[in-house]
Amino acid sequence: MDLVAGVIANGVLMGAVYALIAFGLTIIFGVMRVVNFAHGEMVVIGMYAGYFLWAAFDTHPLAAVLPAAALLFLIGYLLQFHLVQHFLARPAHVQFILFIALALVITGAHLVAFGPNPRGIFSLASFEVYRIGGLRLDAVRSQAAAAALLIVALLWAFLRASRLGRAIRAAADNRTGAAVVGIRIRHVYAVTAGIGMACAGAAGALVAPLFDTHPFLAPEFTLIAFITVILGGIGSLPGALLGGLLIGVAEAAAALVLSPSMKSVLSYGLLILVMLARPQGIIGSPEGQR
Amino acid sequence: MIRITRRAALAGAAAALAAPATIRAQSAPVKVGVILPTSGVLAVPGQASRRGIDLGARMIAEAGGPRMEVIHADTASRPENGRVAAERLIREGCTVLVGAWDSGTTISAAQAAEPARIPLVVNIASAPQITEQGFSMVFRNFTPANVLIRNAVERIREFGQITGELPRTAVLLHVNDTFGTSIAQAVSALWTQLGIPIQIVETLSYAVTARDLSAEVARAKAANPELLMPVTRVNDAILIVREMVRQDFVPKAIIGPGSPGPYEKAFTDAVGRFGDEYMVCVPWHNPRNPRTAEVLQRFAREYPNERFELNVGFSFEAMEIVADAIRRAGSGDPAALHAALRTTDIQDHIMYGGPIRFDEKGQNNNIGGVMLQNQNQEPKVVGPAEVAEARAIYPLTPFRNRR
Amino acid sequence: MRRGAIAVAAFSGLLALGPLVLDGYLLSLLALAFAFAFFGAAWNLMMGFAGMLSIGHGLYIGIGGYTVAVLLVTFGVSPWAGLPLAGLLCAGLGAAIAWTGFRFAVRGVYFALLTLAAAELARILFEHWPFVGGTGGFFLPALPPGNVPLLTLRGGPEFFYFAFLLLLTAALVLTLAIRHSRMGYRLMAIREDEDAARASGVPVLRMRIAAAALSGGMTGIGGGLFALMNGSLFPNTMMGVAISIEIMIAPIVGGLGTVFGPAIGALFVMPVHELSEHLAQEAGVFGLNTLIYGLLVLLVVLFLPAGIGPSVARLLRGRR
Repeated sequence: MDLVAGVIANGVLMGAVYALIAFGLTIIFGVMRVVNFAHGEMVVIGMYAGYFLWAAFDTHPLAAVLPAAALLFLIGYLLQFHLVQHFLARPAHVQFILFIALALVITGAHLVAFGPNPRGIFSLASFEVYRIGGLRLDAVRSQAAAAALLIVALLWAFLRASRLGRAIRAAADNRTGAAVVGIRIRHVYAVTAGIGMACAGAAGALVAPLFDTHPFLAPEFTLIAFITVILGGIGSLPGALLGGLLIGVAEAAAALVLSPSMKSVLSYGLLILVMLARPQGIIGSPEGQR
Repeated sequence: MIRITRRAALAGAAAALAAPATIRAQSAPVKVGVILPTSGVLAVPGQASRRGIDLGARMIAEAGGPRMEVIHADTASRPENGRVAAERLIREGCTVLVGAWDSGTTISAAQAAEPARIPLVVNIASAPQITEQGFSMVFRNFTPANVLIRNAVERIREFGQITGELPRTAVLLHVNDTFGTSIAQAVSALWTQLGIPIQIVETLSYAVTARDLSAEVARAKAANPELLMPVTRVNDAILIVREMVRQDFVPKAIIGPGSPGPYEKAFTDAVGRFGDEYMVCVPWHNPRNPRTAEVLQRFAREYPNERFELNVGFSFEAMEIVADAIRRAGSGDPAALHAALRTTDIQDHIMYGGPIRFDEKGQNNNIGGVMLQNQNQEPKVVGPAEVAEARAIYPLTPFRNRR
Repeated sequence: MRRGAIAVAAFSGLLALGPLVLDGYLLSLLALAFAFAFFGAAWNLMMGFAGMLSIGHGLYIGIGGYTVAVLLVTFGVSPWAGLPLAGLLCAGLGAAIAWTGFRFAVRGVYFALLTLAAAELARILFEHWPFVGGTGGFFLPALPPGNVPLLTLRGGPEFFYFAFLLLLTAALVLTLAIRHSRMGYRLMAIREDEDAARASGVPVLRMRIAAAALSGGMTGIGGGLFALMNGSLFPNTMMGVAISIEIMIAPIVGGLGTVFGPAIGALFVMPVHELSEHLAQEAGVFGLNTLIYGLLVLLVVLFLPAGIGPSVARLLRGRR
């Protein structure tokens, strides 16, 4: 029983982090209708930021979240403003190749700059556990999940309540309409891309103590973010949260029941099922679909 | 990072003047083509192998060995590039090839080497099939999975004699990639046949891209084995140890049969003292050989931030095998090199095992295996007794006592 | 149409002379380029003409490759029979995926992810299937000394050079024929506006299935030959995400939806790979090759938006 409870609990915690990654992907898609195929690379940049902050200042893993998010916000803003902006009206496959090329450049740059060796954060904190009854919850993972949920909640509030947030949502709903009422669309888009990639960067800093950082982790993160987003409903923020938790728990459960090496079968199976049966995602709205 | 340049290889030529007549007769340096995955997903072991090749070439040149010019080709970790790389090196005049770390690339390169009649000295690649496909140009100085397991079982048996007891139950937890699968198959084929009295109560495999091994370790713990046998790469070995600490899973021993990972620097850096007492049974250098000590010192000087492990060692040795063949062939002619490789018989070499000889399939069957145990974040040979440099610690010190 | 045919004849005729002047290295490099040009041409039929974005074409390479290899090694069936069988099997798979996508109205990015999920499921399945060696891989025996390439369909660089050139030529001819046929116009109508095409009486489902089956079948045959060339098969390298993405780069860089785009793209990409690798080795900076490759693709996307082929063609026309 402890086995099942422990594994599922870990799945939930991982799911929260997946949700944060997916949140970034889905907000970019929801507003600009662009699929960021280099999203995983952004996570890896965040991981390197987390690693190097720890290596230089021996900081607590959570302390790297803000700097990593800020760095990725800047990268996202500049990328959108100067590069991706010109591709918004282009067909999907051109956007796809653009992001694939970006992904290659980032991976190559990581390899050149930091080498292929995995960089692990060794701190006693990463071995701590919280005990709740018979349940042992890994401290780093719990903190990462809590931080991820907090960030998601803050962003949610920001999009609902702030002026800029409302402008972003207006732009998502109606591009020309937003332009008519005087929203500086290019700036709003760049901020959105910045926020989306900052989510990836923050998630990267959060997982840096969990997975050792190396240049080739990215495709895995991109794939998991895709599956999460489609499950929840593309463009839907609560959907990303739900999708993340679902994937986290599904993979954990699959690792218990099936051979653990087959656990992604369940994610892909779920993905196909949702696409066929409910293409708008579990709680997405039909307009989210393109 | 110090690079081997053609100039460096040529510098060795000066030393060669003092060497025996057969070598002096050699007019031009023999071009040795090296195929490795130095970029892409296999870049870690690929670059480690390259350090071994480069160091080997330098030390051979300084010792007055035959003149060699090393030409490198990167496969970017894509198997189909093995063939192209081999063809390119052959075009550039290489008359012997070394490579290619992973099994797919090695086969791909062998496809080009075979019709060109250029020998291919395999530094590392463990799929048993490589020497079973009928290639006549392939010479492998690395153990296929079944031999790795035979050696590992031997070490585990000896270990039981030293400690006075063996764990009774075990869980095999292996990565589901080419190497992990070969090992798992060899374990299931040989375990009972070799009569080792440890019952494998569960076998678990996980994907090579696994990000999170908490469920896997939890399942292993639930089976409550006295021995955990992880067959890993380096990243997953780190994940497993972290999870074991968090879940307070303390078997009597952790022994990875044939497994890479724990001896790598990335592992000891990432898990520190929690990685101590983790054991693996692998082919390794012989720490008692004075030549090994010399090579290790040199390596430590030239690559202060890296560790001399088996990728480095077997790549180093591949260069020695090639140099030895050139020396005996007296020329760089591929047919003469092939004939010389066939009759290779190197007694004194740095990796633990008997003399290097190749059977009719091109396999060296004399490669030994040691048991390593991490002690104070360094892998130490703890068995067999003839080469041991430390005493094995058993049973495992609980993680909570190490904080 | 006639000018296209002349261009195909000139292209293939010129390249057929390659072995007279090229050595084994360039031949095997070009064979690989032709292979990716062929995969690209097959993928282009689906994406460039029918507008169905597949990011899981590794599925067909893998299934085609394993079909040929397992038939040859396990059952002793010659690749002469294995290749057509691989083609049929993959055509069936392509049709099934297209039908599923159509039946459940899975479009655009969703369809792309459906193809990806199918390929990944197949990969994981093969990784756990002992009959094909799982992740341990599946290996072909070495060629005997008296091997006759035309019998075994395996051989040296010249053989695979000609084999993939032949496949590529066939693909170019087929693309050209389809482009100027009723099917081609219907496909392009679907690509531009599916609903309008349907309204004007285009049998959308049949056309989509035909394009996907043709594309899948061709890729399967190419995958079979690819496996014969490599000599070993691993689920990850034959049908992983990496190869699926790799084969899309050439046609997009070369010019999507054009006859020669995939070939031009592959003949551009392959030397770039090789030169950047060489540069990285010379400089002793590992990873430089990935960086250079990515930057070049980025430059093409930025400055030659329609791809190299159409941009060059426009330049030539402009000069006249």
